[in-house]
Parts: sequence; structure tokens; C-alpha cells
Amino acid sequence: MTVSGDVSGADTPGPPPAAAQRGGRARVRRHPLARFLLRRVLIAILLAWGITLVTFVLTNLVPGDPAAANLGQRALGDPAIVAQWRQEHGLDKPLPQQYLIHLGGLLHGDLGTSQQSHRPVSQDLAETVPATLELAGAAIVVSLVLGVAFGVVAALRRDRLTDHALRVLSLIGISVPTFWLALVAFYVFFYRLQITPGSGRIDPGLTAPPPVTGLATVDSALAGQWDVFASAVGHLLTPALVLALYTIGLLTRFTRSAVLEVLGQDYVRAARAKGLPGRVILFRYVLRSALVPIITVAGLAFGSLLSGTVLVEAIFAWPGVGQYAYKSATTLDLPAVMGVGLVVGGVYLVINLIVDVLYGVIDPRVRLQ
Amino acid sequence: MTRRLPEAWRQPLAIVGGVVALAWLVIALAAPWLAPHDPLAQDLPRLAAPGPGHWFGTDQLGRDILSRVLYGARVSIPLTLMLVALSVLVGGLLGACAGYFGRWVDETIMRVADLVFAFPTVILAMVVAAALGASLTNAVLAVLVVAWPAYARVTRGLVLGVREREFVLSGRLLGFSVWRSLRVDVLPNVTGPVLVLATLDIGTALLLLSGLSFLGLGAKPPSPEWGAMVAGGVEVFDSWWVATFPGLAILTVVLAFNFLGDTLRDALDPRTARAIKERAL
Repeated sequence: MTVSGDVSGADTPGPPPAAAQRGGRARVRRHPLARFLLRRVLIAILLAWGITLVTFVLTNLVPGDPAAANLGQRALGDPAIVAQWRQEHGLDKPLPQQYLIHLGGLLHGDLGTSQQSHRPVSQDLAETVPATLELAGAAIVVSLVLGVAFGVVAALRRDRLTDHALRVLSLIGISVPTFWLALVAFYVFFYRLQITPGSGRIDPGLTAPPPVTGLATVDSALAGQWDVFASAVGHLLTPALVLALYTIGLLTRFTRSAVLEVLGQDYVRAARAKGLPGRVILFRYVLRSALVPIITVAGLAFGSLLSGTVLVEAIFAWPGVGQYAYKSATTLDLPAVMGVGLVVGGVYLVINLIVDVLYGVIDPRVRLQ
Repeated sequence: MTRRLPEAWRQPLAIVGGVVALAWLVIALAAPWLAPHDPLAQDLPRLAAPGPGHWFGTDQLGRDILSRVLYGARVSIPLTLMLVALSVLVGGLLGACAGYFGRWVDETIMRVADLVFAFPTVILAMVVAAALGASLTNAVLAVLVVAWPAYARVTRGLVLGVREREFVLSGRLLGFSVWRSLRVDVLPNVTGPVLVLATLDIGTALLLLSGLSFLGLGAKPPSPEWGAMVAGGVEVFDSWWVATFPGLAILTVVLAFNFLGDTLRDALDPRTARAIKERAL
């Protein structure tokens, strides 16, 4: 192979989704960080507009007919009913006009009405999104803690048994089909061993805490309902761990290579030669530099967690946005699908923005580009 | 031509991955001779536990699960390979154009790629698959929509790296057409890393494809597709074997390709390759 010199491009996680847009124009003036942040926010706004366009185009230019998906057989046979249904949902207008109406509604926080639940999409989402954020948030915390710890251990014990074992385990982690693992975990721990609670967010006998944040764990703690809190944590544990397995594997792999890369640097050798204790070298010299690629991957990992929720929520009957997305996608409930696309794309966008900002905060070189 | 296996490949993980992947390819080819029963025939006792005669048990319609898992390889593996090949082709071509031509071509292609990256994959693929209508072909198209940008991005970066190199410029000065220059000078220098990415991606593609089928947006019954078979197992929860074996099939195929891809990446990465060579000496 003659290409070995260029391989690192495929090896590293690649720039964060928006990083490719980073122009080289901006010169460092008085407030490089502020300029950097402003540019990232502007790009995020552009992308957000792009997301509205993509969700709209996707849900409209594809050959599925929402009338066929929502009306019964008999109603479909009657052209008048179909026409009336299309008019009610604004589907009789030309597409650009539909898009403008949709965009205007969005600016007023109006996501339209779900054709299935006959409720405002924003209301449906307000109920489902917190449940998913609670699940994905718990999973990303678990993944970061375990993934980074495993990766550091693997790098420090390079080529020893621990390293090889962690490599196999992390590869298994990224190879397990999430939906299958969820099913197996549910069967083994709930059905057979009966050590975990069943589906849903809290035990059916308990009354839900008054909604403040929408997160069952936080709300129950705020209300001082500790039995509900314990139940909510118990219900969260298995799906969050199932969801986290993939990202733990991913983060272990990337942390290992990031730490190895830094360990080979001259300044680490110098610190070691100076006789600094291993802990100081690891936390102050190695981990800080290694954090940049790790954070990038963690941002991408959050996206895969949001994806995974669609599959995990189905098994654990978790009333989140994943189930809502699935239901609205299969019934071609266009306003709901667009709403899900917007909100999930928006959440992902915010995460990537945070990643970019952290990037700039941790690594001053990024700001200068 | 006798070539020795590179050092990096003489590793247990690569060997295990290679053997398992090869075994599945053989199974896919030889399923009609290997399977003890007709995968669609509903003539066995229903929901029989694994035992002699039907080693993986039977499902709720009295079909032999072992035979269905073996036949499933014929559905999932060729489709996944085709899907990855298509993603490489589409993404690679678009990425090469973006990197080679630059300016508005680059801007347009890469902004579209950014937009696809702005969505979590399963959700975007699910929307596309649902809109196109549930079928395996449409599921492949849906995964293609979310899979090509990764290749576009990597290829673009690599093309940018070689575009200004002397041998490419001298080719252009010798009067090579754009396409000849791309084909003769640029392409050979970008294929390696793209192929590594493709090997690593086979597993992800299969996971996504079977995930869509699991949601009912891919293979239709009675097709013995593994994801759809796991979904069938959800309905008969206490007969664990119905979902377990097709799930293990997905796991082993994905794991095999991830073992291979991981080793391949180490072998092609100059830094790790050097470390491996030093160890081998």
C-alpha cells in the first residue's frame, strides 16, 4: 500500500459536524473566544434552518401518502372526504407555501397538530422529550465515566492482558444490536431473576410527582417523594445501561488512542524525567490534552444514544420521543415527524455547539484557526 | 506471487474475525444444503424449545429457527455488503468531487453532508424508510441516505491532501483530463483509508438495517431477516429462543467485521504499524 502516510484521516474521529465549516478568515483580534463563540452560534442557526428544510422536504417529497396512512379504507374510497382531509391539514396548497406556513408557525412555537393524537405536536413533545433526555442523559454520564476510565486503564496497561481484554469487550460493546440486548436484559433481569422493575418510568402503583423538569428522578426528589425517586432510579437503570453499552465501547476505544498519543509526547516524558508523581502527570498533563478528541466523540456518541432510544424505548415501554417518533413515522403523521426531526436535530445541534465551545475552551489553538 | 501475511494480520482477533466472517459467507452461499428444514414451512410443533430435531427451537408458526437463521444470512449479508459498496461509491464520488473541484461544488456537497450529520442516524433513516414505504429495498435506501456523508468527508479530506502534490499537478500539466487525473493519480491514494472505513462500517450498516427491520420498516414477514425475527420474539416473550438466536447471528457477524476492521486500521495506521513491527522483531 502506498497510502500509509494518509491513513490517520480515517483513524481519528474526524472533525465535529460543523467543524468543516470553520473558515480560515477570522484573524485573532481582541476577543478570540467571543468571536469564536459567535461564529459557532451563527453556524448553528444556519444548520437549524437547514434542519427545518430537510425535515420538510423529506416528509413531503417522498412517495408516501399521509391520507392513505391516516384515513380508513372506506374514507379513502370517497374523494370528497380525502379532499376535505387534505384541506384541513393544509396539504392542498403548493409546497413552498406549505413550507412558509410551517416556518411561520415554528417561529411562534407552533409545530402543528398531530394527525394521530389530535393534539398540538409541541404538547406531545413536551411530554415525551424529557423522558428521553432523562434516559439518554443517564446513559451518557455512565458512558463517560466508564468509557474514559476503561480507556485510560487500557492505555496505561498497553499490550498487557487488561488492554487486550478491554479491547475485546469494547468491540463487543459496539457490535451488540441494542434492540436485542434490551430484550435479553429485560428477559433475564426482570422476567427470570426478578431483580429489576418492569417497563415504564415508575412502578404502576405510585403516583407521579408534580411535573417541574419532566425528569421523574429530579421531580420526585424535589417533591420529597423518596419512594417514587427510588422507583424512578430503578426503572432508569437497566435501559440506561443497555443504551450505554455501545457508547462505552466507543469511548473506551477513542480514549485509549487519545491517551496513547499524548503519552508519547516529549512534554510527558519531560514531566516524567522531572520526577512528577504518576497521578499528576496523568490528570494534569495527559488527560487534559486527551480530552479534546474524547469530547468530540462524546458529542457524536450522544447522537447515537438518541438513535438508540428509538430501539430501547420500544422494549422498555419508555414513554419517550423514540416511541413517539416511531409511531408518527409509521403512520406518516407529517407534523409529528417534522416536530420530532426538529427537536431531535435541535438537541443534537445544541450538544454539538457545546462540544465546539468546550473544544475552544480546552484547546486555545482551536480558537486561532 | 507469494506474499506473507502482514504482521498486523497475524493476530488472534483478526484471525477470529476472518474465520467467523468467512463462515457466515459460506453459510449464506450454502444455506439450502445446510438448513435441516424449509425456513418458511410451518410444519413443526409450535414454540418447541431447542432440542434434537430442531436445535434452535421453533417459532410461534412452527418454523425451524436454525433454518431461518441460516437462510437469514442470505438476506442480511449480501444486502449489507451492497449497501456499504453503494455508500462508498456515492460518498466517495461526491467527496472526491468536493475535494478536487473545491469552491461551490465543495460547499454544496459538504453542507448537505453536514445536514445529514445534524440528525441522529436511526431517526433520519426511520423517517426515510417510513416515507418510502416498508420494504427491504427502501430500508437499504434509507440507510444509504445516512451512510454516504461519512465517506464523502473522509474522501474529501484525503483528496485535499493529494490534490496539490507534484505528481497530480504534473499529470494535469501533461494534459490529463480531470477524470483521468482523478482516476490515475488521486484515486489510488485514497482507496486504502476508505476501505478501512468501509470494513468498519459493515457492522454498523448491518446493525442499522436489522434495527429498521426490527421496527417493522424493513423486511416483511415471512422473510427470515434477523432483525424481523427478533421482533417476532418480542411477541412470545417467554420462549427465549425465538429472539435469542437471530440476535446472536447479528452479533457474531458485526463482531467479526469489527475485529477485522479494527486490525486493518491498526495495520494501516503508520504509528501503530510501527509499534507492531517493533514488537515483532
